[in-house]
Amino acid sequence: MKTETNTAEHRPSSIIYRPSFFKATMAIVQKDLAAELRSRELLSAMLVFSMLVILIFNFALELDVKVRQSVTAGVLWTTFAFAGTLGLNRSMAVEKDRGCMDGLLLAPVDRSAIFFGKAISNLAFMLIVEAIVLPLYALLYNETRIFQPSFLGVILLGSIGYIAVGTLLSAMSVQTRTRDVLLPILLFPVAVPVLLASVKASGGLLNGATFAEILAPLNLLIVYDVIFIAVAFMVFDFVVEE
Amino acid sequence: MIETKKLVKRFGLKTILRGVDFSVEPGEFVALLGPNGAGKTTFLRILASLSRPSLGSVKVAGYSLPNESAQVRAKLGVVSHMPLLYPDLTAEENLQFYARMYGLMDYQLRITKVLEMVGLEHRRKDLIRTFSRGMQQRLAIGRAVIHDPEVMLFDEPYTGLDQDASEMLDGVLRSVAAEGRTVVMTSHDLARAEDLATRFDILSRGVIAASAKRTDFKNTNLLDFYKKALTD
Amino acid sequence: MQSKPIALTILDIVSIIVLGVATYLALVFAPTELVMGDVQRVFYFHVGTAWVGLVGFVLAAVSGIAYLITKNMKWDRFEVAAVEVSTMFFFITIVLGSIWARPAWNTWWTWDPRLTTAAVTELIYIAYFMLRQGIEDPDKRARFGAVYALLGGLSAPITFMVIRLFRTIHPVVIGNASAEAQGGFDMTADMRTAFFFALFAFTVIFIDMMWHRIRLSSLQEKVEELKLNVSM
Repeated sequence: MKTETNTAEHRPSSIIYRPSFFKATMAIVQKDLAAELRSRELLSAMLVFSMLVILIFNFALELDVKVRQSVTAGVLWTTFAFAGTLGLNRSMAVEKDRGCMDGLLLAPVDRSAIFFGKAISNLAFMLIVEAIVLPLYALLYNETRIFQPSFLGVILLGSIGYIAVGTLLSAMSVQTRTRDVLLPILLFPVAVPVLLASVKASGGLLNGATFAEILAPLNLLIVYDVIFIAVAFMVFDFVVEE
Repeated sequence: MIETKKLVKRFGLKTILRGVDFSVEPGEFVALLGPNGAGKTTFLRILASLSRPSLGSVKVAGYSLPNESAQVRAKLGVVSHMPLLYPDLTAEENLQFYARMYGLMDYQLRITKVLEMVGLEHRRKDLIRTFSRGMQQRLAIGRAVIHDPEVMLFDEPYTGLDQDASEMLDGVLRSVAAEGRTVVMTSHDLARAEDLATRFDILSRGVIAASAKRTDFKNTNLLDFYKKALTD
Repeated sequence: MQSKPIALTILDIVSIIVLGVATYLALVFAPTELVMGDVQRVFYFHVGTAWVGLVGFVLAAVSGIAYLITKNMKWDRFEVAAVEVSTMFFFITIVLGSIWARPAWNTWWTWDPRLTTAAVTELIYIAYFMLRQGIEDPDKRARFGAVYALLGGLSAPITFMVIRLFRTIHPVVIGNASAEAQGGFDMTADMRTAFFFALFAFTVIFIDMMWHRIRLSSLQEKVEELKLNVSM
């Protein structure tokens, strides 16, 4: 582009730079992780909250050996779901409050790259919290069956589905007037299948069910993950445009 | 460089922009003036591809919106009254992040250069949350020019700055952001706009009510022109 | 001012008539079921309201998709109407079901797949309204509503399938019942007449209410528009 007012030393280039989908996604993930590593606001809030929820459950349900057998999966998933909304809300509010969301939207990248970037960092936060809470729970209640690979697999699948819907809905809820309270109200009824299937599958595994016996909830979990990642991918544009 | 034809923007039933015809030649610095609620920010957000026009055509840097918005965004730098920076990252990390979002290769040299240009080289390793408002705004300009855009949009860049910080920002705007680029700026600070811009357009009740070049002012000044345009 | 269409008035009258006939068929015409007695008679309206509630839920999701593709506000009005009307019908379904469940299952409520899914669906609807209430811009409200209606429409069937993995005692009158179902029965010819007429009647009433609700939305919009014209 030729302009008359250009000075000799400065002329904007006419080459169009655009990052690949993958690079843009990873840039967002690294940015979120770097910021969180420094402030640790989000992770510490999620962790402390998780511990408090488990403490309350401990006394509310009197988690003796017999009761624990049947409710451990439920206690864990309730904890993760509550801590998850805390993280999701915060992670999106950081983008919204200082207009950084506009900064992301101004970059020449596909809007769905922004969705995947935020979803992957949210998932990373959730997995970090789980990686700390699960061993702690195992230690407190001497529940070593938590460490079987299939149990951890169920935790991963459940977290993926929950975060996929949660990231999409948090992008909506931060744009509303009632944003502080709205996310759990929007998220929980839609996430019922993923939470219940996860409880069913992980509860089965803790009670010594074989892999074949938990196949049904596991399949539904995978179906949910696939459908909602695809839908979130398709509709994210509508959530951030004006 | 920028051209809108019969641009209309509605929010529900409210019509904010009612047929804006606006064009900017390469290298021009246009100040978009007007009272609150005239639709300046809405108009700028449409040019920035953040908001979709309801009707009409928009072309920026040779690409039309909203269909070629990715190409437009690659050639566009935006400075708004919010810095669009992450408080828990350092100045350098913020610029690195945006450099990657714009697909720049070997951006380390570019970042150093940008930091020097906005006079924050000595603070590159400091967190944004420790920066004063004026420094954040200077870095925001650095962020906006990291990919060397052809078109710059400023949306009330002086909001919340004191006299000294505004003056410093003036210098940076002039030397870094405006140099050799095409600029559209919204402002209600007439004095500052008068110093910077080469053309003044007045947006009122959703249309461009008047337009004048700096060279047109001989006996009158911007304030008279502005008042006259609003009363007509 | 547009007056009420004659076809709508006719449909109002037809709705009242079919509701009357359906009531007669359910309460008088259909024979008393041997085991459960008269309480079984709520079954006709229970399934009738459940049927239109379900139709409304699917319609809301479909019109959500239609809105996102076309951006035509008429789909948004259709979606809101579908959600509102079927919220009411689902609520009636749940209440009627409870009345029946008390003598049949000896409990007002049980966490059966159908009951739970109905309850979760009501919660999704309530969340839907809360979401819409928190947004000023009508276009954004419509977009977010459409996205949420779509998510709800996709998750409800999976909810049903997941809860079926736990257990069920809900009878399946149409199709195959599970071995554990309690309170099932076989329909006689007269019961079938009452049953299918109830389905028909509630479909008519549903269409009538949808029409009223959509008309109300358009009138509301017109009022807003007139107010805006006056204030200008």
